[in-house]
Amino acid sequence: MLFYLFVTLALLSLSGYYLGRKRAFAVAGDHIRNLHSLPSYYGSYTALWCGLPALILFTVWAALQPSMIIELVVASLPPELRNLSPGQLNLVVNDIKNLVSGNIVSSTPDAAILAAVDHYRHLQMVGNVALWVVVLTLAIAGIAHGWRAISPTLRARNRVEQVVNLFLITSSTVAIFTTLGIVLSVLFESMLFFGKVPISEFLFGLQWSPQTAIRADQTGSSGAFGMVPLFTGTLLISGIAMVVAVPIGLMSALYLSEYASPKFRASAKPALEVLAGIPTVVYGFFAALTVAPLIRDIGTALGLQVASESALAAGLVMGIMIIPFVSSLSDDVINAVPQSMRDGSYALGATKSETIQRVLLPAALPGIVGSILLAVSRAIGETMIVVMAAGLSANLTANPLEAVTTVTVQIVTLLTGDQEFDSAKTLAAFALGLMLFIVTLILNIIALHVVRKYREQYE
Amino acid sequence: MNKSTPPAPTRDIKVIVNAGLQRRHAAERRFRAYGLLAVTLGLAFVVLMFANIIGKGYPAFWQTYIELPVTFDPAVIDPEGHRDPKALENADYAVLVRASLRKLFPQVEGRRDLRELYQLVSSNAPFRLRSEVLNNPALIGAEQPIWVLASANVDTFVKGNIDRTLDESLRPLKDQEIVWIDQLQASGQINQRFNTILFSNGDSREPEQAGIRGALMGSFYTLLVTFLLTFPIGVATAVYLEEFAPKNRWTDIIEVNINNLAAVPSIVFGLLGLAVFINFFGLPRSAPLVGGLVLSLMTLPVIIIAGRAALTSVPPSIREAALGMGASKLQMVGHHVLPLAMPGMLTGSIIGMARALGESAPLLMIGMVAFIVDIPKGLMDPATVLPVQIYLWADLPERAFVERTSAAIMVLLAFMIVMNGLAIILRKRFERRW
Repeated sequence: MLFYLFVTLALLSLSGYYLGRKRAFAVAGDHIRNLHSLPSYYGSYTALWCGLPALILFTVWAALQPSMIIELVVASLPPELRNLSPGQLNLVVNDIKNLVSGNIVSSTPDAAILAAVDHYRHLQMVGNVALWVVVLTLAIAGIAHGWRAISPTLRARNRVEQVVNLFLITSSTVAIFTTLGIVLSVLFESMLFFGKVPISEFLFGLQWSPQTAIRADQTGSSGAFGMVPLFTGTLLISGIAMVVAVPIGLMSALYLSEYASPKFRASAKPALEVLAGIPTVVYGFFAALTVAPLIRDIGTALGLQVASESALAAGLVMGIMIIPFVSSLSDDVINAVPQSMRDGSYALGATKSETIQRVLLPAALPGIVGSILLAVSRAIGETMIVVMAAGLSANLTANPLEAVTTVTVQIVTLLTGDQEFDSAKTLAAFALGLMLFIVTLILNIIALHVVRKYREQYE
Repeated sequence: MNKSTPPAPTRDIKVIVNAGLQRRHAAERRFRAYGLLAVTLGLAFVVLMFANIIGKGYPAFWQTYIELPVTFDPAVIDPEGHRDPKALENADYAVLVRASLRKLFPQVEGRRDLRELYQLVSSNAPFRLRSEVLNNPALIGAEQPIWVLASANVDTFVKGNIDRTLDESLRPLKDQEIVWIDQLQASGQINQRFNTILFSNGDSREPEQAGIRGALMGSFYTLLVTFLLTFPIGVATAVYLEEFAPKNRWTDIIEVNINNLAAVPSIVFGLLGLAVFINFFGLPRSAPLVGGLVLSLMTLPVIIIAGRAALTSVPPSIREAALGMGASKLQMVGHHVLPLAMPGMLTGSIIGMARALGESAPLLMIGMVAFIVDIPKGLMDPATVLPVQIYLWADLPERAFVERTSAAIMVLLAFMIVMNGLAIILRKRFERRW
């Protein structure tokens, strides 16, 4: 329904374009150079007058109509239904909506609700017809206005370019709004959370068990929201990941940029970067079904107690995932070191590895540190691997063979499934999200700053 | 002419250098070997992962079927004899399936044993018979061999993934079931065919009936929204920042913002989607529209950054020539710079789309993890996406689901390879060196 209106609107705009262009030729008189702009700009001018106001009205109307209809339907309900508590009223409204869309509802509807359903359908139809009429009238009025305004002196190109410019500027603000949206939404929910749980307990508490009691006499569900075990778990897994990724990534970057033949480099580098393109859910599957049982078997063979969801498995696989980040970022950094520094070292008789260790690495160190920081922030925010391969219980431990949980795992477990939105449990997820955002933001800012400073040094 | 020759220090240095040379060269070789080892390890991981997943997943592309000698008994299907389609549709075809299984193994008796016997075939076998009858009502009264889907345990056993030497209590199939399967295999009444169900069905609790069609359609709709939103907005932002924006504090803020957004963990975008799109705007949970919106915000920075790189690679002489011919700034961009930068922008967008295709964490937040059997038909239908389907299946304990998960991963990876390959071809084909 709405889709067809959209198509009609597009067709009208198109005809507006041709009408405007034709009109421009007509008003130009004997020669086209009498016009201020090219004829196509007059066409676009008319098309914009036709499409833009109608489209804006269309969007606003389509967004508001459903809630308006519900408002009207509720107002027309018999008083005994209208005076129900908001929760129950909500159920009634849901029933009505389900009946309208032809779904099955739980109870047999009574006459009042059936009447409301009819009323709803009626309003919907009236609303849609009105929408069609108003939007099409506006579109045609727009064409008429644009068509009448066309004269050789009309600065059509400038007008059209103004609109395009406005679109460009609006687009570029989307990024700002996204950041703002993230900060505000996470901050707002976190504030609600900190209203229920004191911020000091959240930041420094050593216990994490987000099950809050439904009844007062329940046991074992005290609800503790201390994020320390979560962050230590995150750091443990990220630490293991870095122990895997930094040596392998750095050494392969060094080998590929200093030793490897161009041919080997050309094939090995993209092959290594395949690791960066594999979806994280695949790594998670690999960690949970292949690496974790393997580690447990090895551990049992050595007589060690290994949890089936050990931090080691998740960390190792995460490390594999991060190798290409470390290697390609350090590769850039190593290539930025001027050749003259290498040549100077060779001239003094140093071997290649001595040059790398004594000249190249110290010179590239800030950049490498920056790239490692970026990789750490990546590891901290990584979700799927840990959701699939790490544990759920919050252990405060540094033993990589035990199961630990991470911030991202907790966010996912708290927010998947049905939840009411005012419990401390759900809100806690947003507080954790806020912490995650802050930590990764700080890491990124430092890393980007270091890398940029370092680049400037050699430019 | 007594020139005293100065003492020859060169000899000493040579000695010192030569003394350490062997050690230094050994260190050099060692260092080199470490480097090679690191590269090999990295490559080994790539090979290992692919081998692991392909090894686990390729059997899922075949599915076991059992041939049943079905008697289409008119007394069961159409007792009144009207051939009324409605009656045909509602008849109890399970009776026929059970009867034909009993006919295959007349020696089986007792409720318990019979129940086990009936479990050899999938629970969708009656539906198979029904569609056979509805397509060809002449079958009623005839006896005809029909191939029906075997149950997941039979399928796993036939593929050799259940160890028959294991104790009976440790494996999902009982001894007598194995005897029946062996018998069927001996008489050629079990075979394996290409698994079309995997590509034509939605999710299911029964592994042998579960497919990825629903998830693929969900991914398609989600990516459609993402592409329709990110491509125009991303290109417009890149053009504005690169060609029009004045150098001032405001544009600086935008730039810093974009760079930071590119590094925000994806799960935070999921929180944003939950709080803003679902709770504030009241959009439906699990809908591809919301998923697409969230993924758009996530991929936008990637596309903007790629787009700006493509724009900067267009030489300024092109711009100057256009302006010199009297073009307006927008004409200069629209007619010359943008078409030249388009291949680079498309490459960046495809890579961004490939990333969005593989992303699952933010979608968990907005409810795209539900168990959804129906194949979504629009932007508002509840749906899931391929990576989330993989996540859901990976949690299930049945061996048959492990196989399907790996197969789904292979499909996902195939899409990634195609998309990235397309990007590479595009870059190779249209890249211009100025």
